[in-house]
Amino acid sequence: MNWNIDMENAREYFKSPWRVLIYIVLVITALLWFVPILTALITSVRSFDDILTNGFISWPKTITFENFLTAWNRGGLNKYLPNSFKITIPSLVLTMFFSSLSAYALARFKFPGNRWIFFTYVGGMLLPFQVLLLPVLRLTDFLGLYDTYWGLIFFHTAFQLGFCTFMLRNYMRTVPSEIIEAARIDGCGEIRIWAQIMLPLTLPAIAATATLEFTWIFNDYLWAIILLRSDSLKPITAGLATLQGQYVTDWPVIVAGALIGTLPTLLVFLFLQRYFIEGLTLGSTK
Amino acid sequence: MARFRRNIVPYLFLLIPVIIYLVWVIGPMFYTFYLSLTDWDGLTSPTFIGLRNYERLFHDKVFFLSLKNNLKWLLAFVTIPVAFGLLLAMALNKSIPGEKIFKMNFYMPMVLAMVVSGLIWGWMYHPKGGLINTFLVATGLFKKGPGWLSDRDIVLYSIIIVAIWRQVGYVMVLYLAGLKSINPQLLEAAHIDGATGWQTFWRILLPLLTPVTIIVLVISVIDSLRAFDLVSIMTRGGPANASSVLANFMYIESFNNYKMGYGSAIAVIIFLISLGFIFLYLWRVMQDELEY
Repeated sequence: MNWNIDMENAREYFKSPWRVLIYIVLVITALLWFVPILTALITSVRSFDDILTNGFISWPKTITFENFLTAWNRGGLNKYLPNSFKITIPSLVLTMFFSSLSAYALARFKFPGNRWIFFTYVGGMLLPFQVLLLPVLRLTDFLGLYDTYWGLIFFHTAFQLGFCTFMLRNYMRTVPSEIIEAARIDGCGEIRIWAQIMLPLTLPAIAATATLEFTWIFNDYLWAIILLRSDSLKPITAGLATLQGQYVTDWPVIVAGALIGTLPTLLVFLFLQRYFIEGLTLGSTK
Repeated sequence: MARFRRNIVPYLFLLIPVIIYLVWVIGPMFYTFYLSLTDWDGLTSPTFIGLRNYERLFHDKVFFLSLKNNLKWLLAFVTIPVAFGLLLAMALNKSIPGEKIFKMNFYMPMVLAMVVSGLIWGWMYHPKGGLINTFLVATGLFKKGPGWLSDRDIVLYSIIIVAIWRQVGYVMVLYLAGLKSINPQLLEAAHIDGATGWQTFWRILLPLLTPVTIIVLVISVIDSLRAFDLVSIMTRGGPANASSVLANFMYIESFNNYKMGYGSAIAVIIFLISLGFIFLYLWRVMQDELEY
């Protein structure tokens, strides 16, 4: 990442006084936007007594990492965080696998019903979750998967199929058909074309979609509280809600917990920012 | 024989994904309609009761309050983040000193879980110790800051602000992509022909961005109807249902009061509101398809 500010470029940019004004407004807005995260960072290393007696806007008496330890050990985040991965990783792998299968069929074959299936996927990805909530709960219970990871994993896999198929199918259509025709003439089977030609060529779209999906599934709260009951199975989002109830009066612990809970998605974002942004835009514009 | 095999290949690829999708997504959508016509309590099996749940909805004050709150949320969402995201995208579209830091700063709220945002803002809104009221009192203009999450008149807006804080980055990303796809020569031509910046914006830039705007609007509407996490974490719909939205109302009726038939009826209403926008999105996608 290049953090250096190009001086030549900057001088050019600030030639007009309008630009200077816009820039000042932009800087102020950006600072305001950062305030909540800065507040969280500062709060997490202070004690609540210190904040209450001296007020939030005061020089911290001591810096402590006690809040993180409390949230991690006594608050139970040490079990909630691994649970999040146990739910997110299988869901992500399964949904990418199945969507790449259906995307290939929809992108590369002409057959009756192609459009219908495609539009069903696209329409489904926009459904408000509420309309699926109770039937999926009943289905999960019926299958004996209520209060298990698999209940959640199956739902995430299924629901995210809509968005992933949409993304991958649109990308696969841009792969030149000569490559595939050549493989077919050489007697290459369809499964091999999918696995050894299509998937490698679709890798940029797979990376972008998977990055987005990781944060979406990881950050899910609603389905976790609907399909799971046991405290020992809860992912971090549901765990943070529990933590909030447990430490109602100790905000630094809650905030420290929230920061721990956001670390995985934040790291994914910082390191894979390009894919994250590509994913968001791939789905909306061509 | 070979031809027959070619014909069934796509169906083989689609078989498992489509079954999963039908069982977990499409089937449940229709099943909710059925459940909304029953008195299901989640324990015993559902009995058909016709349109009684809908009749009850019609007399339920909390339902109308939640619906009104959803509409306020929706209106805020299709205006403030859209305008703000577009402005930011236009400001950051040129190479500008510190561009990457700016972008990252505005994107960041998007990657935080709603639960995390809700907790952090819940602390900012804290009546005494929270940053906002501490600041307001420190300025000397206020003796005591407002109860951001306890005052019935402002609680909903306090939560919407958090949602907007998250949404702006998203809108900005979409518009940045839209702006990149515009041919700069068009704007230059307008400039040479003597168009003012204002005219260029309204007559050229904005019309060219219409496809993006449609997507942005549809996503904003859907996101506003999905709103659940923030309300659930920050207020649970309170005080006195002042911040209740349909999704939370449905959750409480279904899981706290065990009226799952009634909850399904609320879900159907949410679905019907979103339906028009889903079709608008599908129409947009269809336009892209026809270009091929």
